[in-house]
Amino acid sequence: MTLRVAPGSAIPVLASDGVANLSRRRFLGTAAGALVVGIALPARRAGAESAALRSAAPKPGTRVPAFLEIRPDGSVRLLSPFVEGGQGIATGMAQIVGEELDVDPARFVVECAPPGPDYAVVNGLRMTGGSFSTRSSYALMRQLGATARDMLIRAAAARLGVRESDLTTRDGSVVHAASARSLPYGDLAAEALALAPREGVALRDPKDFRYIRHAVPRLDVRDKATGRAVYAIDQTVEGMLYAAVRHAPQPGTEPEGIDNEPEARAMPGVQGVHRLPGAVAVTADSWWRARKAVEALAVRWTRPAPTGLDTLAADFSSEAMRAALTETPGEGHEAEAAGDAAAAFARAATVIEAEYHAPYLAHAQLEPPSAIARFNPDGTLDVWTPNQMPELFQSLSAEVAGLSPDKVRIHSPMLGGFFGRHFAYGPANPYPQAIRLAKATGRPVKVLWSREEEFLNDALRPLSHSRFRAALDAAGQPIAVTVRTVGEGPIGRWFGALFDGPVDPSAVEGIVGKPYAIPNRRMTFVKRAHPVTIAFWRSVGHSMNDYFSESFLDEIALAGGQDPFALRMALVKDSPRHRRLLEEVADLSGGWRRGPYAAEGGTRARGVAMASPFGSETATIAEVSIEGGEARVHNLWIAFDPGSVVNPAIVTAQVESAAALGLSATLVEQMVYRDGLRQAQNFDGYPILRREHMPAVHVRIVESGAPMGGVGEPGLPGVPPAVANAVAALTGQRIRSLPLANAKLSGA
Amino acid sequence: MIQVTINGRTHAVDVEPDTPLLWVLRDTLGLTGTKYGCGVAQCGACTVLIDGEATRSCQVPVESLGAARITTIEAIEQDPVGRKVVEAWVGQQVPQCGYCQSGQVMAATALLTQTPKPTDADIAAAMTNLCRCGTYNRIAEAVRHAAA
Repeated sequence: MTLRVAPGSAIPVLASDGVANLSRRRFLGTAAGALVVGIALPARRAGAESAALRSAAPKPGTRVPAFLEIRPDGSVRLLSPFVEGGQGIATGMAQIVGEELDVDPARFVVECAPPGPDYAVVNGLRMTGGSFSTRSSYALMRQLGATARDMLIRAAAARLGVRESDLTTRDGSVVHAASARSLPYGDLAAEALALAPREGVALRDPKDFRYIRHAVPRLDVRDKATGRAVYAIDQTVEGMLYAAVRHAPQPGTEPEGIDNEPEARAMPGVQGVHRLPGAVAVTADSWWRARKAVEALAVRWTRPAPTGLDTLAADFSSEAMRAALTETPGEGHEAEAAGDAAAAFARAATVIEAEYHAPYLAHAQLEPPSAIARFNPDGTLDVWTPNQMPELFQSLSAEVAGLSPDKVRIHSPMLGGFFGRHFAYGPANPYPQAIRLAKATGRPVKVLWSREEEFLNDALRPLSHSRFRAALDAAGQPIAVTVRTVGEGPIGRWFGALFDGPVDPSAVEGIVGKPYAIPNRRMTFVKRAHPVTIAFWRSVGHSMNDYFSESFLDEIALAGGQDPFALRMALVKDSPRHRRLLEEVADLSGGWRRGPYAAEGGTRARGVAMASPFGSETATIAEVSIEGGEARVHNLWIAFDPGSVVNPAIVTAQVESAAALGLSATLVEQMVYRDGLRQAQNFDGYPILRREHMPAVHVRIVESGAPMGGVGEPGLPGVPPAVANAVAALTGQRIRSLPLANAKLSGA
Repeated sequence: MIQVTINGRTHAVDVEPDTPLLWVLRDTLGLTGTKYGCGVAQCGACTVLIDGEATRSCQVPVESLGAARITTIEAIEQDPVGRKVVEAWVGQQVPQCGYCQSGQVMAATALLTQTPKPTDADIAAAMTNLCRCGTYNRIAEAVRHAAA
């Protein structure tokens, strides 16, 4: 996703490739689609009225009591704008606020805030995604902590009858050194939080940081190591029914009839059999009973269209979709251009071209989706469900329930993994079913999707296709590159009202925006919609496009008789940031060598790749051998420059995790459709990276001081091409379609 | 009613005999630390100890348990080995999303109870639960620490 923070702005400006400096005004003024309901103010208002409302609404991130509760025992409850799902954002927020508030982050309890305009800290928008959380809110949350500390000092000054300037703070207490008196924050909180916040309170000098930039332990690991962490799936409400669902095998079809409904109703614990849009459900007094009954139902479904790619037809296949992308005609819309590519090709000594593909991918987060809906006697609705955008889910839930959004409370529990899974994806979220079933039964209902239903319904990383051409001069230097990408990205699908240009940035990121000084470039995008529900998936377009472009760069190097590392060095020679990162990763790996070379009784080789995802920069080297026709990755060395970091330990862990997911996609993952059906139903059909395939991951953080970039996703995109380039070095085989498991690799 | 012994307490549960232990734990007894991940013994998120053996509870019909003693993550710190494992998990900062970690901790506890000084091969053979956050290296490191 290419939502970017504008460098230097205190409150980040949402922008995207081709839609620079998208202001909040434009944001509100033009958004007509799904996203507008996710932000604080409703759409469909006259401009003047909207402006008046804006001035009445709190400025996000400024109202201290909306964020902080300082308890009598000195602990601090922080209502975070962001959802914790493993990325460590709860700890990061505690560090940032705690640094300025002067409270050890260890005494923070961090919860995801309910919907509300205070939390729209990403330029009027609230979401947890796009590797956006820390960089978008860092300045605001520091200011919030400092403002709260100032309020505590003012309250203490009044209480003690001394000047504010005579007071300091020390880890949760206001201290009057002259009289050796100190007041714990917990004793002052009520008075302090009633004060009006002062603007422009000074921030701590970064050289005095004790928490920010330190490897503060995560706040949630003990609960997660002892089973005490509570996820959506673990929640219960009094009097609730459990529901299990079975979705239409082919999305778009509907239940036509159920042949054995009376028998199912008579099964133990069953409360009811229900029809839902595109699904059937059973409510019961336990989930297992509901599931047994729903799976016993003999459902007749309507038939899908017999053929075609506009819907999920009876003959739909990922293979046919891939062929369709490859064959889709059209020049396409320009996504990036420089120089005169056509002229460069006309004078080229050598021209190479290649086609690359990547498959549909499932998120396969280990917590299956669930939702609880409860209608209350006062006409309000509570919904507990995994989500990355509470306000959006609030509005969408209201729509399903027939209520106004202010009647809906959204609870956003800790996520058992997300990787992009929990945005609003139409039929791929369970909350509408919970709401409908709660309405139908008059009781709170908890819907849980079985793993099989999740693999059937998960929104997928789109399959994609790009055709690359390069022109080389007589010396083997690349003088031009053109790329034509065909497909569809999740920004266009789900945020199309905002990003209405002809080029979907999430479809071309990683093909455009590369750091290499190749003077003539032309990248184009041809939209071809998928009948599949598509999704954001960790690192989004970068998850496949950097694999394409960095593999092709190795092809260019080989065609020009150059070493791939040396070529990259030459192409970034005028960019100190990129040059340094390449030097760092080479150093981390003990010096660049491509191989093949003998190691530990076998033969290995290395590949290198760079990526520039989410405002950060990475350089990756992979070391690979071939065992039994399969690639075996031994080491991944990753130099990672996110500009600056809040918690180096969490950053390292995120890079390790992203690398693992990238390797999983490289080696084994693919969601295959055949005869209109997804072929995988569980982890036996959709393998993910297992422990025995986990390489050593060596991370070096480089803080260049560039504007803060993202952390959760950027470790991923360099891994697939580094591995594929190593495989090519070892076997001579250039694998242009993932996963590698589809290819027979020759031993080396 | 079927009798089950969980964390030293015997419960009488009113469920069908083929109900998987996992769902008795989670929905009948409210012990939600044991997680549902796949339901087909592929992922290991539901791992508990049955008479000390790491077992994927989604595949264990409650009727098959008899007098077996079941330990779940909720009681793991009452086990001396389990307590060391938890401390190692915290020390190595293993969890990310954390959803698989109950099962990982149970598998590690079983391994270290049976093999106090495991080799890397022992760890590889015993620690087969899936982790989508890719914390595998830290898991192995934590097992080594707990064994030390």
